[in-house]
Amino acid sequence: MGYVAKRFLQMIFVLWTVATILFFMFRLMPGTPLAAFIDNTTTAEQQDALIAQFGLDKSLGEQYFLFLWNLLQGDLGQSFFFKKPVLEVVWQVFPNSVILTLTSLIIAYLFGIVVGAYLAWKRGSWVEGVGIPLVLTTRAAPEFWLGMVLLAFFSFHLGWFPSGGANTSGSEWQSGWSRLTSADFLSHLALPAITLAIYLQGLPLLLMRSNMLNVLQEEFITMARMKGLSTWTIVMRHAARNALLPVATAFALGIGGAVGGNVVVETVFSWPGIGRLLVNAVSASDYPLAQGAFLMITFVLVVMNFIADITYHLLDPRVRVAANG
Amino acid sequence: MQRTDDIRLPRHGRTALAGIARALRGVWEIPRRDPFAAAGVILYLLFILVALFADHLVTHDPREILFDENYDLARNLLPSADHYLGTTYSGRDIYSQLVMGTRGALIVGLTAAISVVTIGTVIGLIAGFFGGWVDTLLMRLADVALGVPFLPFVIVLAAMMEPSQWNVVLGIALLLWPQSARVIRAQVMSLRERAFVEAARVTGAGPWRILFVHIAPNVLALSFLYASIAVGWAILTEAAISFLGFGPSNTVTWGYMLQDAYASQALGREQYYWFVPPGLCIIAVVVAGFFISRGYEEILFPKLRD
Repeated sequence: MGYVAKRFLQMIFVLWTVATILFFMFRLMPGTPLAAFIDNTTTAEQQDALIAQFGLDKSLGEQYFLFLWNLLQGDLGQSFFFKKPVLEVVWQVFPNSVILTLTSLIIAYLFGIVVGAYLAWKRGSWVEGVGIPLVLTTRAAPEFWLGMVLLAFFSFHLGWFPSGGANTSGSEWQSGWSRLTSADFLSHLALPAITLAIYLQGLPLLLMRSNMLNVLQEEFITMARMKGLSTWTIVMRHAARNALLPVATAFALGIGGAVGGNVVVETVFSWPGIGRLLVNAVSASDYPLAQGAFLMITFVLVVMNFIADITYHLLDPRVRVAANG
Repeated sequence: MQRTDDIRLPRHGRTALAGIARALRGVWEIPRRDPFAAAGVILYLLFILVALFADHLVTHDPREILFDENYDLARNLLPSADHYLGTTYSGRDIYSQLVMGTRGALIVGLTAAISVVTIGTVIGLIAGFFGGWVDTLLMRLADVALGVPFLPFVIVLAAMMEPSQWNVVLGIALLLWPQSARVIRAQVMSLRERAFVEAARVTGAGPWRILFVHIAPNVLALSFLYASIAVGWAILTEAAISFLGFGPSNTVTWGYMLQDAYASQALGREQYYWFVPPGLCIIAVVVAGFFISRGYEEILFPKLRD
């Protein structure tokens, strides 16, 4: 069996297991899952009808297979709060999360790669002595706290950026694209994206630096030096290219991790993304929605892990040969 | 001295203790070589002292609602000699909350780090040593743990259980063990082929004895490395969970302070003295762990430092 097929089966297994764990976790949650539907005027008959409608009168085993069967068809159930299909609610905010994640990751990786390569070149100098502890400090700062400080200063004090949301309320656009390219949207995006980028740049930076240090010791670099190539050519054409592969893998892993990890930043900036949706759904005991949002985040995480592994496998000849031989 | 030790201690005790001693010697060696690691150790000691003597350092009860001499709520007071960092919107002393928060952070950080690294070490040892279906089973379990989004999982866990700091410890123990387990597994796989293990086998030691007496002491240093990073992870996670409002409402933690400040619109009033200090404390204690682990890593793997 080929590596890709094997890795694909593993991905399916992980998805199924997580979905199963999640199903049973939400069944163990305290309180009646129908709380949002029941008020003083609901009669006992109406309650029974609701229980039957959501399939809660069936045995746990039956409910589980129904859940898996619906999941396979992309049916995540009905949100108690929004009274709409979960998939529709999730789909509405998902693009916002993707845009926030990608923007901050791209800023973070461009910065990290350039500065990481520079710090590797400056090994042993004072720049490195100051730079590395500084990078470690940014990785130790809670993202939401960083967001709060930026929000207080740039939004409330200077008034440069809006204090939350993705758009000024009441705004209308002809198409989704014109909304995303509007100055209004971009000014809302700026602070949360910068907050996340500050948090995320440490990983690519440190990774790029250590890869560069490894690559610069290899024989082909010595060879290039002996050929009399300039420092710039060696660093950019020979060393950086080889140091980039693990960084690219980390980027794919970063997408998967960040979509779920954005929860706090989305909350600080009231960014209408999937993380904030999850927090609100859990707080409001909207179990189907919380479950759906969680599954969506898991799906992105597991699929990106899969893509990262596959790319690494296909691009690095050493890994490929080792696996086949 | 060496000879009397030989006589007193049984064989397995000697190897196990030697491993622990080796790991500890590394800890004491770091500060002398690396100024940042030294700063990390000093910061840690400082936080531990503050946590131990928090009761004596606070000026007010951190949860007490304070009133001024006119019986008005002592709300949003600026920093002064009475209130070193001012008071919150609901009239509580910020400095006292900050001091008390050290305790919660260290308790969560250390318990989470010890539990996750213990689980990771034991699983890594067993998977690496026995191999075969045991290894396959444990590594598939690791795949699943890594496929669960961490923060969302802890949020759901915290909502499911009674609000408590232990939810964070549980979430970390359940999901973050694969990181240390994988590295320790790889280490054990190379150790089990070494001559001293063969020697133990020849002298009739059983597999569990070889594993926990002869191999385990050699991976302790790696476990310590992961633990020093895990402390920071746990403190950051606890802060995030409390900030999102899923933490216990009867304990003052740095995350709780930040949530309180955010919800009371301290940002709009620019009360930096309220929400900046808890963040700086979190950074200090987490970065201290990073510095120590880096210093330790360079002693463990000196080839990185050429």
